[in-house]
Amino acid sequence: MARRAFTISPLGLWGAASAALLLFLTLGTLLAVAMKAEFTQGLGRADISALCFTLTQAFFSALLSVAFAIPVARALARRQFWGRQILITLLGAPFILPVIVAVLGLLAVFGRNGLFNQTLAMFGIETVSIYGFSGVLLAHVFFNLPLATRLILQAWLAIPSERYRLAQSLGFHPNDVFRQIELPMLREVVPGIFAIVFLICTTSFAVALTLGGGPRATTLELAIYQALRSDFDPGKAALLSSIQFALCTLAALIAWYFTKQQSTAAGFDRVVQRTDVNTLPLRMIDASVIAFAAMFVILPLAMVVERGLSGILTLPSVVWVAALRSVVMALASSAVMLALVLPLALIAARRRKAWPEAVAYLSVSASPLVIGTGLFILLNPYFSPRDLALPITIFVNAAMSIPFALRALLPEVRAVEATWSPLADQLGMRGMARFRLMLLPRIRRPMGFALGLTAALSMGDLGVVALFADPDAGTLPLMIFRLMGAYRMEQAAGAALLLLMLSLTMFMGFDRGGRQNAAT
Amino acid sequence: MLRLNQLEITQGTFRLLADLSIPAGEKIAVIGASGGGKSTLLALIAGFIAPKSGQLIWQDNDITDLPPAKRPISMIFQDNNLFPHLTAAQNVGLGISPALRLTQEDHTKITSALDRVGLADMATRKPAALSGGQIARVALARLLVQGNTLVLLDEPFAALGPAMRAEMLDLVSELVSEIGATLLMVSHAPEDAKRIADQVVLVSDGIAHVPKRTKDLFENPPTAMREWIG
Repeated sequence: MARRAFTISPLGLWGAASAALLLFLTLGTLLAVAMKAEFTQGLGRADISALCFTLTQAFFSALLSVAFAIPVARALARRQFWGRQILITLLGAPFILPVIVAVLGLLAVFGRNGLFNQTLAMFGIETVSIYGFSGVLLAHVFFNLPLATRLILQAWLAIPSERYRLAQSLGFHPNDVFRQIELPMLREVVPGIFAIVFLICTTSFAVALTLGGGPRATTLELAIYQALRSDFDPGKAALLSSIQFALCTLAALIAWYFTKQQSTAAGFDRVVQRTDVNTLPLRMIDASVIAFAAMFVILPLAMVVERGLSGILTLPSVVWVAALRSVVMALASSAVMLALVLPLALIAARRRKAWPEAVAYLSVSASPLVIGTGLFILLNPYFSPRDLALPITIFVNAAMSIPFALRALLPEVRAVEATWSPLADQLGMRGMARFRLMLLPRIRRPMGFALGLTAALSMGDLGVVALFADPDAGTLPLMIFRLMGAYRMEQAAGAALLLLMLSLTMFMGFDRGGRQNAAT
Repeated sequence: MLRLNQLEITQGTFRLLADLSIPAGEKIAVIGASGGGKSTLLALIAGFIAPKSGQLIWQDNDITDLPPAKRPISMIFQDNNLFPHLTAAQNVGLGISPALRLTQEDHTKITSALDRVGLADMATRKPAALSGGQIARVALARLLVQGNTLVLLDEPFAALGPAMRAEMLDLVSELVSEIGATLLMVSHAPEDAKRIADQVVLVSDGIAHVPKRTKDLFENPPTAMREWIG
């Protein structure tokens, strides 16, 4: 490398601008929140119960998700069956599924007139309620059981098959295999996965908004929303936001501590042939575990489709307008995300700097509602937050997607730089030419994935938009929430199906676009 | 003449010294045990790593501090010589304009270069649709349009079988002679060196030795060389 004097390159400027915006959204808004927080006011009883509920539900959500995920992952790791790959793909679906759609699906299965209670009633058993603590848990397990399963499965498949062969040649009983091979692996990965699910559940807003509420099932995020939206008390919102940020940061640090030692080596997704587990009882256990997991994920989705089909064709035009607004906003979020993440990935890969990653992962411990509160406090004296609802939502959603996007992009960008930069340097490819001719064609796949993920997450977002938006000029998820509140369930179901289709189409559209003609 | 004037490279505990001259128009093989620093020497000449001290001088110009693309150098790497998402013609075109802004005249040049290496009808193919030998030929066509006076090969054509590699080396030798360039080739195969090199630089014991006539060196090899050949 030729010795070069320090100059400000266009890439450096771009990266600095991106980092500045992200820092403003995470730490800047936090500062505004902290300045405004009325610490002297102290915590009321409702605030303390919100904090307790947040912690309790996050703990039990994580516990249940991980506890159920272990047998499911074990069954998927040691059984080869038709539809296995489809099921694993399907387990990825809840991650991009709009919360409001999942909630409607869960209501259709577990709600008052849902399948579950109908079955119970048939046998004369008392029905159960999905609202409150149990409903919040149920929804969180619905979202996080699949995530935990996929993460544990990865670790399971990363166990070298030689170890199983050795165990077989030594005549291990399945229990010995579990104790000697699988338990050590679980001990290593489970705390990290538990912490990740815990972190995700501490920032739960939309689930609490739709299924929780009231003094006994209000999360901090929901309390922030109510303080701003119903009580017009920015000082209280700021105080709660400070607590929420502290909680998230702590949870994020714990998750980081437990996951940092883990190797992220992906398994080869090869099922190890095992003769020791071919006994009938074990096969029946695995079969029922897999059936249960499949039903748990598929049934609510199927119900969304079934209930929505009749309503989707007769949706009023306001719903279509909201859908169009959502699509435009999701596309804008994706574009903003890409503009923010590319310079960070390039600087991290090319200049071997660590700060871009640190900046990107800051938004993990920032929650949309905390950012929203900060922006509200900053903007309120000068603008009507309502007028800026849509641009704010676009930027916040882009920022919230950055950690996932960077995770997808950075390894590829690093690989491209390592493989192709000698040739590009030799040929003198620099600046835009290098970007256009070397980088972009080689990172189409992860870029398509990141764009699709951001589009789907923004499409389904029911967070910061609920805080700001004019209910009559809101997005599709907000519209569904309003329809549910007005007990127009058929229209809500139709709109939910529309949202589901739009989210999946956008995700798959971008993801396919990245794969198709992906330069080989 | 390429002059390596008291060059010193250090990488961690590794240290390599080079103080030698290579006459213009000669074909030089750089040989030595693996890990001895052959490729490091080539990377230094190409501008990918900076020396700790010393100068690199080409035809009376000090090029020590120039970035790779500003040096009068064309280089062929062990692999990854073609971008997989670009056609053969585009890959050649990068040798003329790194941003692929090509004039009609440039296109004519590209076509004739591809023609020269026997790939006239492969211009629109991407590397995935080419054989290993054809990929090597495209890289050689680019070398032609670059028209640089110094050609570096880092263990080239390693992925090809012996017969194909010999064929490629002969083609390289012809092309280099045609454009009157100086050739430096790192190789771990003695037969490659014997095939096309006029002189040999032996890299051993942290020193890049002064070039010797290929014939002399192989007839009367020094100890380090004997150990390497086995």
